[in-house]
Amino acid sequence: MSHVLEVQNLRISFPSGQSRVYPVDGVSFWLNRGETLALVGESGCGKSLTSLALLQLVPAPGRIEPGSAIQLGDMDVLALRGEALRQIRGRRIGMIFQDPMTSLNPVFTVGDQIVEGIHAHFKISRTAARDRALHLLQEVGIPDPVERLKAYPHQLSGGMRQRVMIAIALAAEPEILVADEPTTALDVTVQAQILEVLDRLRASRGMAVLLITHDLGIVAGRADRVAVMYAGQIIEEAPTEQLFAQPSHPYTQGLFASVPRISGPLRRLTPIRGTVPAPSAWPSGCRFRPRCPQAFDKSEQEPPLLPVGPDHVMRCWLAETPRIVAADERTR
Amino acid sequence: MNAPADQSSGLLSVRDLKKYYQAGGLFGRAAPPVRAVDGVSFEVGRGETLALVGESGCGKSSVGRTILRLQEPTSGSAMFEGVDIFSLDRAALRALRRRMQIIFQDPYSSLNPRMRVGAAVAEGIEIHRLAPRKEIPARVGALLREVGLDPEYARRFPHEFSGGQRQRIGIARALAVEPAFIVCDEPVSALDVSVQAQVLNLLSDLQQQRGLSYLFIAHDLAVVRQIAHRIAVMYLGRIVEEGATDQLLSNPRHPYTVALLSAVPEPEPGGGRTRIVLSGDLPSPSNPPSGCPFHTRCFHPLKNERCRTDVPLLRPVAGTLAACHYAETTPQPAEAGAA
Repeated sequence: MSHVLEVQNLRISFPSGQSRVYPVDGVSFWLNRGETLALVGESGCGKSLTSLALLQLVPAPGRIEPGSAIQLGDMDVLALRGEALRQIRGRRIGMIFQDPMTSLNPVFTVGDQIVEGIHAHFKISRTAARDRALHLLQEVGIPDPVERLKAYPHQLSGGMRQRVMIAIALAAEPEILVADEPTTALDVTVQAQILEVLDRLRASRGMAVLLITHDLGIVAGRADRVAVMYAGQIIEEAPTEQLFAQPSHPYTQGLFASVPRISGPLRRLTPIRGTVPAPSAWPSGCRFRPRCPQAFDKSEQEPPLLPVGPDHVMRCWLAETPRIVAADERTR
Repeated sequence: MNAPADQSSGLLSVRDLKKYYQAGGLFGRAAPPVRAVDGVSFEVGRGETLALVGESGCGKSSVGRTILRLQEPTSGSAMFEGVDIFSLDRAALRALRRRMQIIFQDPYSSLNPRMRVGAAVAEGIEIHRLAPRKEIPARVGALLREVGLDPEYARRFPHEFSGGQRQRIGIARALAVEPAFIVCDEPVSALDVSVQAQVLNLLSDLQQQRGLSYLFIAHDLAVVRQIAHRIAVMYLGRIVEEGATDQLLSNPRHPYTVALLSAVPEPEPGGGRTRIVLSGDLPSPSNPPSGCPFHTRCFHPLKNERCRTDVPLLRPVAGTLAACHYAETTPQPAEAGAA
């Protein structure tokens, strides 16, 4: 299958004193049409920076390093400048963020902002744009859409604002929607509503979704594939069912063991010891080594992504040894 | 984990607590008050954790703050160790704060950035004169060790620490005055999962070692399950269901509890259970629905006119207390999802 998006060896650096640090350090992944890929990790793992790089939105003084490649269809995104770049922002890759209030303009109505989004990409009449805006609000499940078009952002609840943001992102009919922690600021019942909307749109529009999240729970049953990030790298990637059935990297296993569950036997949580190191203090060899309960002598060398099973890879030398399949070693 | 608690000896008893906020009316017009807490009653036993669970705006944090008199209640009573909290004068209140402490979601905002960690932890000991001056550094060192921090950290400033470490500092600071009761207001919500687990385990261990009671305020039922003996679910300023943790989670009787439970994203292959997606938004607490506050979003098949007119009271139903006229026949997650 041809990929709608392909990221190769993405490296992002920031100056740090006399040298540079690499909060994203060699990330590669692809997206197929109509599929959801989840990038999962804790704060500081580089997942959000990775998503910003897709539209060359890495904040200064950060920069995307030479040797990185982002291919959107047959277009080399990192070679684009000015107007050509504006053409793909929103139009081909749409984005929604955690906090919709900061992305909405408080002094314009919801309708004005959606119409503006439509006019940025399509030359159609104001009436036609208005009709399309109305249709979009219906599509994202906003009740009373005629009235809501006239509303200002502060008059809406958090869940409704996030729906409006999705409507604005959809206005340009992008092939890819990047959703960066889209439900983190929302209550669980509202989160369920928004995830439902995203899933429906992905299916009906054949859009590819890159879901950036810290929450393994919202990935389950929603994403087709999961890539787990730690310290600027993808450390495990697999089809979702496979990753949940057999988390293999010790960090992924640690994450699963840390998550409190609502069902099943109640047991004491097994946290990962220590904390995530800063990019300036990433250890040599395997970056998880100082916190890893299964580290061994070979962990002092940096592991590549190694195959664990069909479409299942991890950045750990244990993939080479049969130790990994021993069920009793899994911390779940 | 959920240690057995002595529920016979009540430590805190709250009756019909109300906290209304008067919104400023435009052009002198009196706006209806926001009924953040609208008649809440509960007890917390010694060594017990009661979790107050609900979504934003349900009033759970207002309950915690009112009990500590960080905010004044509109009405109601709260008895702590036989003393009526709401009638205490300033001096008595200060003595009470030695017995009741609070830890917040964002420990950074509650730590003075210019005060060294040691001084922050020592503050309560000094105010309440709990130790001779020369013994304080040793006490602070012991407290830091107890929460899993290096005693050497006493010399550092809050900004030098990660979120999880700051939460540990916040806990050490609360423990310094040897309280019997701690309000934990979303203590792990801002933390990454791996760190969240560390702090939850720490809170459990401290409870066992010191016989502490917690009022644990949270929105996440899976987190609450790890630490609470009992759970009270709040919706629009009221407790709609209350019961022992296992009972309430395995056999919820209020439709809102059922919906809340089904919305918890569970990291299981396939996404776990059936989800009930509630329709509509939370109504405004300044203009709550008549009758049952949940009736506008309720999916109970027996919902009828009575739900719109009669306020259901908390009553015993199959192991929990539930405020629903038809709690006996509330659809369980599997059934409700299909409805």
